[in-house]
Amino acid sequence: MISRIWRTRLAPYALILPGWLWLVIFFVVPTLSMLSVSTMTGNDLDGFKQTFHLSTYSDAWSEYHTQIVRSLVYGLIATVLCLVIAYPVAYWIAFRGGRYKSSLLFLLLLPFFVSFVIRTQSWEFMLDDHGMVLGTLRTFHLVGVMKTLHLVSSSGTILQTSTAVIGGLVYNFLPFTVLPIYVALERVEPSLLEASSDLYANKFHAFRKVVFPLSLPGIFAAVLLTFVPVASDYVNAQILGGTKNTMIGTAIETEYFTNLNYPVAAALSFILMAVLLIGVFLYARILGTEDALEMAAA
Amino acid sequence: MSEMTPYADVADSPSTADSPSTADDPSTADDPSTVDHPGTAVPAIRLIGIAKRFVSRRGTVTAVERVDLVINEGEFFSLLGPSGCGKTTTLRMIGGFEEPTEGQILLYGRDVVGVPPNHRDVNMVFQSYALFPHMSVYDNVAFGLKRKSVPTAEIRQRVNEMLDLVQLDGKADRRPRELSGGQQQRVALARALVNRPRALLLDEPLAALDLKLRQAMQIELKRIQREVGITFVFVTHDQNEALTMSDRLIVMNAGKIEQLATPRDMYERPASRFVAGFIGTSNILTGTVKTMDGTTAILETGVNESLVVPEATGLIAGQQLDLTVRPEKIVLSAEPPGPGLCGLRGRVMEVVYLGTSTQYAVKTAEGADLLAFLQNASDSSDVAARGDDVYLTWRPEHSLCLGQTSGAQLDEEAVA
Repeated sequence: MISRIWRTRLAPYALILPGWLWLVIFFVVPTLSMLSVSTMTGNDLDGFKQTFHLSTYSDAWSEYHTQIVRSLVYGLIATVLCLVIAYPVAYWIAFRGGRYKSSLLFLLLLPFFVSFVIRTQSWEFMLDDHGMVLGTLRTFHLVGVMKTLHLVSSSGTILQTSTAVIGGLVYNFLPFTVLPIYVALERVEPSLLEASSDLYANKFHAFRKVVFPLSLPGIFAAVLLTFVPVASDYVNAQILGGTKNTMIGTAIETEYFTNLNYPVAAALSFILMAVLLIGVFLYARILGTEDALEMAAA
Repeated sequence: MSEMTPYADVADSPSTADSPSTADDPSTADDPSTVDHPGTAVPAIRLIGIAKRFVSRRGTVTAVERVDLVINEGEFFSLLGPSGCGKTTTLRMIGGFEEPTEGQILLYGRDVVGVPPNHRDVNMVFQSYALFPHMSVYDNVAFGLKRKSVPTAEIRQRVNEMLDLVQLDGKADRRPRELSGGQQQRVALARALVNRPRALLLDEPLAALDLKLRQAMQIELKRIQREVGITFVFVTHDQNEALTMSDRLIVMNAGKIEQLATPRDMYERPASRFVAGFIGTSNILTGTVKTMDGTTAILETGVNESLVVPEATGLIAGQQLDLTVRPEKIVLSAEPPGPGLCGLRGRVMEVVYLGTSTQYAVKTAEGADLLAFLQNASDSSDVAARGDDVYLTWRPEHSLCLGQTSGAQLDEEAVA
């Protein structure tokens, strides 16, 4: 009797227990402790005391709101660029990859075998004033055009501009955009393409009316998976950017490790988390529905 | 071009097209090259020397080999054969999803080789239905008409008419996944038919349905085809389906046409050992011709046994002959056959009661396995029991000559 109750009613909870413990120890507890740190006052010599000092949040916001807004703007630009680059790549692998599909996916993930920081560092060499990117631009006399478009600095350099930061972000997070789109496109049955062709659609219409709407769930996931880490990234802005393009991740990092101002760093983290959560929530409410899918096909 | 190809194989098959098509609504004839089509004189579909070879890393695979075929307007025509016989490839070549390696495909006299599917005036019902999952039933059915820029009011009218025809009125707003398999099948049919194609191609459309539904849909498809009068080209591996629905059909094997006939002729007069084995249940026997009496062959057998095979044209005494006899034509008796009847001696190995009939498996003195189906009439008791020695008798006209035995076929002695 007891063993039956155990099996049918308690076993599921027992099975989920390790997961719960993991989440509580490594997510809930640290989050609560950070929340508590964010309302403390003091300094690193005398120690921090809990004083429920809520104005740290407003102070942090007024000091760093430019960086927060910039992070969101960079995140949006980088996500859009990632989508534009990733979609054709995912499409090609899914529909033209044939038996090389898995090799191509492996190639896509190959840079991940090298450390994130080192990859970004190598971008610094490439974008350097004497690096290959500027060298190529000079060979083709394109630096002037880039200057007019404000893609390089007024002195004709790329490092320490927003171009460099966004370029690094796009490069580093591109696979996060490709993979969800690839999965969605891979699931589109080839017979649907044949059916649309049978029903007088040319290649463009087949894409517009069938393939693209069916890949929207993948684009939806790709935007989330790209935008959230990009907006909170701190490596690219630090290595490739200058003082004018710091992102909020860099600011939090500086407050923690350089200024040792833990309450401000914790408050900034929560502000960023709140902004991203609200953004993601609105995005999901507006676009993550079947109606959006149907409208895309109309 | 077409004059080079002989059409003897189809010339003797009477067309069973019951009426001139009503499908030729002038509003769909927007393709200038088909406007001049001269009615029934030009066949709806004509395949001339079609071949399809697939080249892979392991070599060349021939899927279809020199197929010549004429399908008439308004006909329900089936391509029947085992999987891998080339029937689906043939259908996909008519639809434009595969290009033939050789040969011509004429749709109402116009060669369409190289013309993509969206410029061919035929529509396809796919085996998997291939319904657009993100669109409602209405939008699925309206897809082709929208692409052809038919006015919205006319689209609405035609889609609704078509949903009525396939009995899906009231389901227009549903998504495909909210429908049952049979309903999805009807949407696929409506989506193709609403465009009023010159021919409708159906690739095993009933394969995914369960038996009851499949039988209902067979009748349903026949009704719809009669109502719309469009040429149906139907691919199936199910012989019952093909026999039930078709006006004419071909049996394909290894990329070639084995036989073209009406369902009755295909069953009653199979032209080859393969067709005899594939259609229905056949007993296939091999024997040596003893004498020829005109075109009738008399085969050498034992005491009180005789096999008479009419229409064994072109054979001479001493040659080996394949013949088939349908199990329901065989009578079991304890006495030797009367004069003029065919008969073989054998022992009953198995008796299986099948409800309306009883199946007897009999092994002949020569070692051939034969099946006989006897109707369970009200007054009949069991004719024979397991282990009984019996005579299998049938009328000579039920011995069907399958031609001279070729060496390769000897080893696959079988009762299908």
